[in-house]
Amino acid sequence: MFADIHTFFTTNWLGIAILILLQCLAVTVPLLLAVAYMTYADRKIWASIQLRRGPNVVGPFGLLQPMADGLKLVLKETIIPSSANGILFVIAPMIAFMTALVAWAVVPFDNGWVIADINVGILYLFAISSLGVYGIIIAGWASNSKYAFLGALRSAAQMVSYEVSIGFVLVTVLLCVGSLNLSKVVLAQSGWFWNWFWLPLLPMFVIFFISALAETNRTPFDLPMSEAELVAGFHTEYSAMTFGLFFLGEYANMILLSALGAVLFLGGWHSPIPYAPFTLVPGVIWFALKIAFLLFIFSWTKGTLPRYRYDQLMRLGWKVFLPVSLAWVVLTAAVLQFGGWLPKP
Amino acid sequence: MILQALAFYVFAAITVASAAMVVTSRNPVYSVLFLILAFFNAAALFLLIGAEFIAMILVIVYVGAVAVLFLFVVMMLDINLTELREGFLEYFPVGALIGAVLFAELLLGVGIIGSGSTTVAALNAHGPHVAAIDNTRAIGRVLYTQYFYLFQVAGLVLLVAMIGAIVLTLRSRPGVRRQRAGEQINRTKEQAISVVKVPTRGGV
Repeated sequence: MFADIHTFFTTNWLGIAILILLQCLAVTVPLLLAVAYMTYADRKIWASIQLRRGPNVVGPFGLLQPMADGLKLVLKETIIPSSANGILFVIAPMIAFMTALVAWAVVPFDNGWVIADINVGILYLFAISSLGVYGIIIAGWASNSKYAFLGALRSAAQMVSYEVSIGFVLVTVLLCVGSLNLSKVVLAQSGWFWNWFWLPLLPMFVIFFISALAETNRTPFDLPMSEAELVAGFHTEYSAMTFGLFFLGEYANMILLSALGAVLFLGGWHSPIPYAPFTLVPGVIWFALKIAFLLFIFSWTKGTLPRYRYDQLMRLGWKVFLPVSLAWVVLTAAVLQFGGWLPKP
Repeated sequence: MILQALAFYVFAAITVASAAMVVTSRNPVYSVLFLILAFFNAAALFLLIGAEFIAMILVIVYVGAVAVLFLFVVMMLDINLTELREGFLEYFPVGALIGAVLFAELLLGVGIIGSGSTTVAALNAHGPHVAAIDNTRAIGRVLYTQYFYLFQVAGLVLLVAMIGAIVLTLRSRPGVRRQRAGEQINRTKEQAISVVKVPTRGGV
C-alpha cells in the first residue's frame, strides 16, 4: 500500500504534478501568512519606536488587523484610469507579485527542504530579483501619470545600481563556497555561529543589507514612493487589489531578501551552537528566526532613518559600494588562493 | 520526453511570435516588452537543453540589465513612428543582407550546408566532457584556461567601449556646485562656526 503510494508520487506524471502543486502550496501559504503578519509586525515596531500603541482594535492585540486590511482591499473597487494603458496597467502588479513568489522555489528551508535544488540557485535568485523592476517600470508607464512615471524612473535607476553591488556580494560568497547551489552555501557554514559568513565577510554583509534596503525600495531609500514629492510614486494610480498586489509583492520581496541574507551570511538552517539542546530545534525554526531578525532590522531602519536625497543615493551605490565590493572580491580571492583555503571542487 | 517536446514547441513558438511582434508592433514600448518576452523564452529553451548557466546569465544580463535600460530610454523618447518608417525601403537591402548572413551561419552551425568540421557538434568535441560536470564548471574551465587571453581581451574591448562612451559625453561645465562628502565629514567645529561677541546696539 505504502509502496504503491510512493511509486504513484514518484513515477506517475499525475502524481508528480500533484506533488509539485502541494510543494508550491506548502511554500506559498506560509509565505503569504508571513507577509500578512509582517505588515502587522512592521506597524507594531514603528508604533513602539514612536511611543504609540499601533493596531490594537481588531482581535486580541490587533492580531486580526492584517486580515481586516486584506478583506478591505479585496472588497474595494478596482479603478483603471481612462487614460491608462489597460492591459499593461493590470499586468504590472501581477509581474511585481509573481516575481516575488517564484524566487522562493530555490530557497532551502532545511537540509533537503527545497522545491528545486538546482545547481545555479544563486544565479536564479539574482535573475528573478532583477525582474522585479519590470512590474514597477511598467506600472509607472502604463499609469500615464507624471508622479507614477517619475517614481518608476527613480525605482528603475535605483534597483539597477544596487543590483551591481549585490552581484559582487554574491560573488564573494560563491568564492568561499565553491558552488552556486544554495544548499551547499548553507552546508559550507556548518559549525559555531562564528563560522557563518557574517563574520569573515562582515563588510559584505553590511553592503548586502543596505543594498537589500535599496532593492526593496525601503527607507532610507524609498525615493520611488516618497509621499512628500510623488504622492505614492509608481502606484499612485492603483487602487484595491491591484495596489494590494504591489504591497504584498514588496513585503514578499523583503522577506525573500532577508531569507537570502540568512542563507548567505547567517548559516541558513544551522543552529548557532552545534550541540544539544540547540541542535534538537528543527532547522526550519532557526531559519525563520534568522529571517525574523533581519526583518526586524528592516522595520527598525524604517522607523529610525530619514530619507536619502536622490543624488546621495546614487553616489552611495556607484562611488562607495561598487569600488568597495569590487576590492573585497579581489581581496577574498587573493586570501583564498594564497591562504590555501580555496574550496575543493 | 513528450512533455519536453511539448515545452520546446511552446517556448519556441512564443519566441518566434514575440520576435515578430518586436519588428511589427506600432508602439516602441511594446516592441521592447516583446523583446524581453523573446529573451525570456530563449532562456527557457537553453534550460531545456540543459544549459542552465547560459539561461540564467541571459536573464540576468539581457532581461535584468540591458532591456531595463532600453525600456528606460524608449519610454522617455517621443518617437514619431511614421517618420521612422519612411526610411524602411532604403535600409531594407542592408537588413536583408545581414539577415541572410546570419541565416547562413546558422545553417553552417547545424551542419545542413558546408563540411562537418564547422558544426557545433564538431566544435564541442574539443571542449571538456560536459556530461561529467555541471556546466557552470565546464564553462569556467574552458574560459579560464583554453581561452584565457581571448576572454581577457574581450573584457578589455568592453572597457574601452565604456571609456569611449564616457569621453564622448563628458563635458566640463563651469560653475557647477558639487557636494563633497569627504570635506563635509572632515569639517571641524572650529571651521564650521565662529562665536562672535556682539556689542549691544552695535550689530555685527
